[in-house]
Amino acid sequence: MEVGRIVKVAGPLVVAEGMSGAKMYDVALVSEKKLLGEIIELKGDLASIQVYEETAGVGPGEPVFPTGAPLSVELGPGLIRSIYDGVERPLDVIASIAGEFITRGIHVPALDRKKKWHFKPTKKKGDRIESGDVIGEVQETELVIHKIMVPPGIRGELLEIKEGEYTVEEPVAVVKTPEGERKEIIMMQKWPVRKPRPYREKVLPVELMVTGQRVIDTFFPVTKGGTACVPGPFGSGKTVIQHQLAKWSDADIVVYIGCGERGNEMTDVLIEFPELKDPRSGLPLMERTVLIANTSNMPVAAREASVYTGITIAEYFRDMGYSVALMADSTSRWAEAMREISGRLEEMPGEEGYPAYLAARVATFYERAGRVKCLGSPEREGALTVIGAVSPPGGDLSDPVVQATLRVVKVFWSLEDKLAYRRHFPAINWLTSYSLYRDISKEWLEKNVAPDFFDLTNEAMRILEKEAELEEIVRLVGVENLSQEDQLLLEIARSIREDFLHQNAFHEVDTYSSLKKQYLMLQTILFFYKKLKELVSRGQTVAELKKLPTWERIARMKYSTEDKIEEVVKSIREEIENAVSVS
Amino acid sequence: MPSLSLNSKKFIEYQAVNDISGPLLLVEGVEDVKYAELVEIILPNGETRHGQVLQVEQDKALIQVFEGTTGIDTPKTKVRFLARGIELPLSVDMLGRVFDGLGRPIDGGPEIIAEERRDINGAPINPYSRDYPNEFIQTGISAIDGLNTLVRGQKLPIFSGSGLPHNKLAAQIARQAKVLGEQEEFAVVFGAMGITFEEAEFFINDFKKTGALERTVLFLNLADDPAIERIATPRVVLTTAEYLAFAKHYHVLVILTDMTNYCEALREISAARKEVPGRRGYPGYLYTDLATIYERAGRIKGKKGSITLIPILTMPEDDKTHPIPDLTGYITEGQIILSRGLHRKKIYPPIDVLPSLSRLKDKGIGEGKTREDHSDVFNQLFAAYARGKEAQELAVILGEAALSEMDKLYYKFADIFEERYVGQGEYEDRSIFQTLDLGWELLSMFPRSELKRIRDEYLDKYLPRFQKEES
Repeated sequence: MEVGRIVKVAGPLVVAEGMSGAKMYDVALVSEKKLLGEIIELKGDLASIQVYEETAGVGPGEPVFPTGAPLSVELGPGLIRSIYDGVERPLDVIASIAGEFITRGIHVPALDRKKKWHFKPTKKKGDRIESGDVIGEVQETELVIHKIMVPPGIRGELLEIKEGEYTVEEPVAVVKTPEGERKEIIMMQKWPVRKPRPYREKVLPVELMVTGQRVIDTFFPVTKGGTACVPGPFGSGKTVIQHQLAKWSDADIVVYIGCGERGNEMTDVLIEFPELKDPRSGLPLMERTVLIANTSNMPVAAREASVYTGITIAEYFRDMGYSVALMADSTSRWAEAMREISGRLEEMPGEEGYPAYLAARVATFYERAGRVKCLGSPEREGALTVIGAVSPPGGDLSDPVVQATLRVVKVFWSLEDKLAYRRHFPAINWLTSYSLYRDISKEWLEKNVAPDFFDLTNEAMRILEKEAELEEIVRLVGVENLSQEDQLLLEIARSIREDFLHQNAFHEVDTYSSLKKQYLMLQTILFFYKKLKELVSRGQTVAELKKLPTWERIARMKYSTEDKIEEVVKSIREEIENAVSVS
Repeated sequence: MPSLSLNSKKFIEYQAVNDISGPLLLVEGVEDVKYAELVEIILPNGETRHGQVLQVEQDKALIQVFEGTTGIDTPKTKVRFLARGIELPLSVDMLGRVFDGLGRPIDGGPEIIAEERRDINGAPINPYSRDYPNEFIQTGISAIDGLNTLVRGQKLPIFSGSGLPHNKLAAQIARQAKVLGEQEEFAVVFGAMGITFEEAEFFINDFKKTGALERTVLFLNLADDPAIERIATPRVVLTTAEYLAFAKHYHVLVILTDMTNYCEALREISAARKEVPGRRGYPGYLYTDLATIYERAGRIKGKKGSITLIPILTMPEDDKTHPIPDLTGYITEGQIILSRGLHRKKIYPPIDVLPSLSRLKDKGIGEGKTREDHSDVFNQLFAAYARGKEAQELAVILGEAALSEMDKLYYKFADIFEERYVGQGEYEDRSIFQTLDLGWELLSMFPRSELKRIRDEYLDKYLPRFQKEES
């Protein structure tokens, strides 16, 4: 392909001439330094290239080398436990080559070329195979069996397939295509990041993703294959929620994208995840995690690419039949990167300077989530859950990125700084948040936890809503002027807020609650309420009832470990029964 | 400017300045110019100024001039491209010295003999190579140590407003900051952008008086210095800090004041380039630009030194949602907010603890770092103060009599808390243990059942000590 010539450099945007023949979104290498870039506009033989590395020192006259291929990621064994930048360069390898600071023009493959993996076939010689068929397995980490699938576009009869140790580039099988060609299958696939990976069909998500976070699982659940967004001003705890979900949600694979956020947060993940144990398997959480880190000081164009890199990797694991959870923190930085590039292209801006295609891009991104029937055999279903944080300026929800996101996602966790100031964490406002998966969760909870769980959540929500109404009245007339019933309701609402919804992510026990524990806690609070109501109707005052020691025991329920909770709850119930029978 | 230029004779000079607008020059007919290259501009009167290439298209280069464009003409001014970025000469001899905003000595002392030269733009730290900040820094200020704990390698801004004592607070932190039980090389790198002569004098005098100057490097861009020079100042400051921290093993505390002036300079350039403006006229890339400054703080695996960054910014009209504090808050690991209300009540430092936050505190406190009970005491104090403030708000509407007995107690607590816990002397250096004990002392006015956020074991261990004192 022809070599182009640079005519203009403005920050991350480079314009080159002599680029006829290049295609949109093809990768080009800029200048002799071979900086990685992507063609984002073509005019005649002029190509605008967004460059994923710092462009200082690059000037007109220098060459541009088109590669003729779109920006792609490498997929295969070795992804898990990796930490990549926005264009899938392994940061640990870069550190070993270039030291602590990221320098330019480093080209390293995403997957280790030398490492041998033990490949175990699941098909045998003579089998007919199609694209997407699982032909073998690799135990990638203790937690993850990496399924080796036939890459798209290949079908035919297996001529050879053998168990053994292979690198990602060595052929593990040979296929005779219907045209009579011999094709070798290697474990590594390449896939362009901006193109969703194919599947047989999409199906509705029916299973709850258990996150261990009480306010989420009980009130605003997300499903496996669902979409959720967490908008909130800074300091309201977006990142902590994202980390909590990455740690405790019951997905098989977690892809965490740190998109334009703090470097130290990624370090936190890197240090903490290998130490944390998965509550189900007892193995380190890092064994199922892929990290993409394009922090705010890394090149802005690579930030734009990072969400696509992440979701393509996530789709690849979904295709194996896994339930994958993807966290993107924060999609606002992605949108801002789009805005910056759009500004440099001198496009006509839409709202707040964002490009007019912002909403379309956001929608396409979230639409890559879902539960699907995968291609090929064996029959399997995979799910990709996408949870995006949004950082609107000043916490203003009219921000175009928030609005574009809310139009497509099904769950909205509204973070409020007012709650955060009161150190009510997670600072999810229970009145304004919503989940459109409540119906699915009803069935699921009734079947998998307890038949009355869903009704309890409704009752608790009614109490909280009533509290909000009563608070208006209290503001006008004071607490003393409320009826005893209403005063009791306020106390119970407070208990639901402080003892149930409030959850300390940094407390070793409280950080994760199983659904059973959530159910028992809520059930106990509401049982207490029922009994207290009886006492109030018999003439006791709330002030007297506040003296019961049970309040404090309920407040401490959340610190009970999973194996003790049943015992604790039982003894609290007995105490309540006693209190009622005595008076 | 000897400190920035090398032998520049060999470079081609162009006498082809075409347009001048604001701080920008457009030069035509140039060859082989690179993006972000350093430029020398020779004025008709022989004066030399410096600039940087902002954009280059064919044979046209757009240059931002750091010292301003006053006196530059189109026919006679010459431009020379230096084929490198802006570099700063570095040496440990910089400690104790005062420089201008571009790194030239202004204290009458000799030039710095460079041990090393570095591009002021630096390079991003590889997130993989970062080490997590988790070492507690004691500032001796209760509202910070107890509630918004600062740790080594953190970036924690102070959001202030005009007329508030942020400079006093910054000086106090610079003076008192230490790490428990360790004697290590500690340095302060101080960068002033567009502050007044009086403010600059305050810092210099305070550092001199307390002997802090000899471990301090000062970079001063004053209010009457060219605004455009401010674009380089924080980068010069952080390049010095990186050198001291990662090449010379110092623990460096960087103070940048006032970031609002920096952002305004950035806006000026953006406007001169006729870019599509974002919110309030600030460029759309303000976030990215600020991140390239703030993210240079941190620790690196295997390196002894660290950079802790305290940027100070004045919020226009005390508005936290203004783009500058807003974007800063999204990048930094928390914020310390000063309150005009507390300042009016004569409480120093007027730190509004409710909206203030240190995101890294959880890693820097607890057993082995401060004390086992720190986290619980923090949560309880915070919750109690928040409830007290709510009660006070309610009392404004309904009158104090309408409050329940418990709310009255919280009401009282909030006042005492502000006065005794938040408030302290400008030269009062409280140890973390004094701060924690003070917290217990204040909390002991509540019945034990109210202290829900503290674990039983700590209540048993600490509370009796302070309750006895009362009875």
